[in-house]
Amino acid sequence: MSATTIKDVASGEKADVPPKLSYWAENLRLLGGLLAIWFTVSFGFGILLRDLLDNFSILGVPAGFWFAQQGSIYVFIALIFYYSRAIHKIEQKHGVDDDEEGASS
Amino acid sequence: MSAQLLTYIFVGLSFALYIGIAIWSRAGSTKEFYVAGGGVHPVANGMATAADWMSAASFISMAGIVAFAGYDGSVYLMGWTGGYVLLALLLAPYLRKFGKFTVPDFIGDRYYSKAARLVAVVCLIVISFTYVAGQMRGVGVVFSRFLDVNIEMGVLIGMGVVFFYAVLGGMKGITYTQVAQYCVLIFAFMVPAVFLSFMVTGNPIPMLAIGSEVGDTGMTVLQRLDQSLVDLGFGKYTEGTKSTIDVFAITMALMVGTAGLPHVIVRFFTVPKVSDARKSAGYALVFIALLYVTVPAVASIGRLNFINTVNETSYDGSALAAETTPDFFKSYEDIGLYAYEDKNGDGIIQYGPGAAFQGGKPQFTGDRGPLGNRLTSNADPAVANEVYADRDTLVLVNPEMANLPAWVIALMAAGGIAAALSTAAGLLLVISSAVSHDLLKKTVMPTITDKQELWAARGAAVVAIGIAGYFGINPPGFVAQVVALAFGLAACSLFPAIMMGIFTKRMNKEGAIAGMVAGLLFTILYIGTFKFGWFGDIPNTADNWLFGISPEGIGTIGMVINFATAFTVAAFTAKTPEDVKAMVEQIRVPSGAGAAHTH
Repeated sequence: MSATTIKDVASGEKADVPPKLSYWAENLRLLGGLLAIWFTVSFGFGILLRDLLDNFSILGVPAGFWFAQQGSIYVFIALIFYYSRAIHKIEQKHGVDDDEEGASS
Repeated sequence: MSAQLLTYIFVGLSFALYIGIAIWSRAGSTKEFYVAGGGVHPVANGMATAADWMSAASFISMAGIVAFAGYDGSVYLMGWTGGYVLLALLLAPYLRKFGKFTVPDFIGDRYYSKAARLVAVVCLIVISFTYVAGQMRGVGVVFSRFLDVNIEMGVLIGMGVVFFYAVLGGMKGITYTQVAQYCVLIFAFMVPAVFLSFMVTGNPIPMLAIGSEVGDTGMTVLQRLDQSLVDLGFGKYTEGTKSTIDVFAITMALMVGTAGLPHVIVRFFTVPKVSDARKSAGYALVFIALLYVTVPAVASIGRLNFINTVNETSYDGSALAAETTPDFFKSYEDIGLYAYEDKNGDGIIQYGPGAAFQGGKPQFTGDRGPLGNRLTSNADPAVANEVYADRDTLVLVNPEMANLPAWVIALMAAGGIAAALSTAAGLLLVISSAVSHDLLKKTVMPTITDKQELWAARGAAVVAIGIAGYFGINPPGFVAQVVALAFGLAACSLFPAIMMGIFTKRMNKEGAIAGMVAGLLFTILYIGTFKFGWFGDIPNTADNWLFGISPEGIGTIGMVINFATAFTVAAFTAKTPEDVKAMVEQIRVPSGAGAAHTH
């Protein structure tokens, strides 16, 4: 919120820019976190750390193999739905959501 | 009822359904033709995207590849699903907000340049034709195996059906047919998977099968398979043969390539608003994942059944010590997808590691041996393995190996055709809209009316179907090789250009074009070097590869080159114009999207 007020003062007449800027910064932070998870479960657990994880087992399958063939896919789905919900909250906070848009033209 | 008759009925019913939907959802304007009017519900769009995405390769080939490659097959499972995370988080919502019709539209407008648009059109056409030729071939193979018509006739029938709903209905027709095709293909894939899983492990949920116990042996499916393979001299199923860096690079290239494929991206132009594009990508992945997380079960049980039903069987049934070789082996042998050469003269099939035939594939002499098997001219005496089995047959043969009822086998035919047709139609649509919209309307003849453009789009679709059909009947030898090219191309050209267009305002036209050209040149030359021998006879082996990365994974390096070139060139050339920066600002926020523009 404080970032908004500082930018508000700085940008003068273009009052719609500051909420967009802070919205974008929050979006980038969220994306960074989610992409880190995306990378970890697939390239990390499924490929690079695979031999280590294979010492454990998930649902009867060596954990590294499980992440490479099934587990990472479950996490991918969760990531997309989480992002969809989280970014919508951020949009509403900054007043840039598309809730008012019609179903189609 | 015979499997043959059931297959005719199932395939015939599914065709009637697709054509009925096409008539109901004809397109009346370019907007309906290109983006289905922009009013598709996110769940319906997710289903259509899933059918669009899952081609004959996903339905027929993927489980076969995983079955014979084991852990190495994971690159496809992760690569072809992880791309949807990139799509949903980095591309789809912003492209929807941009609100035009095609991928070159975005690249042309964002980089304020016809040259950039043309580079994008070229990438799009090469990628899409590569794909569509394979789909038409897939339709032909399924027809010839199950409907007893030759491959040419099968391709022609497939072309006729696609013609009907793609040309008439455009994106609108395709969308709703794809929803129906998804239902057909997922049902066809899941039914045998549930049967197989239940028969082998006692647990009907195929997602859990690989870790479940086989009968009361005290071993899971994976452990049992590992043991069987090691007994026969193979490497373990759970251990791959590819190097870690290669697995990494291939997975990355497939993920990024998936996110950059035009026929997938364009599906997200059809939903009403930005938030729907994100949700829709999530639904699409749920529908896709249903098949993908089932693949490990189908693959491992299929491989286990293949070993159990084929190895150490008596080909003509005369050897007392062994069971008789099953009929499915002989019917696939008849169409050249399996082969058996009795190297040790005992009349019994011995299956093991190594290529049984020199050069990989068997060459049939046209004669039959005393056992009744087709004789070959290129058996490799140094390898004990006596069997050649085409990997693509595994999914189709699975129900036969497990003695499932005839209707399940008929269902597989309808599912395979649905998978191939839905993808072919989506690809043909992006090709026709690139021609009618990006080349004609936006470059050559800007004055044509909406009606004229609609007819041009239909004409382009007809021509594209003709070319695709030609490649389906006369497959160029390179179809299998160029699949790597399609993903590599999308990863090294379109994905970076679109992503930088959204996330970096200072990326200008010079940087983007230089990046795309550098990424493309590098990737094409690398693949050409190893797949087509453009620079003499350099063996396609890890010793010769750059950093040990195979041509399948080289799109990852091409992407890095694209980014690096683009940022370097952009730093030394003119700044992005203010109006383009303002457009990027607009794209970044969801509010004020409206429906796709009509210009």
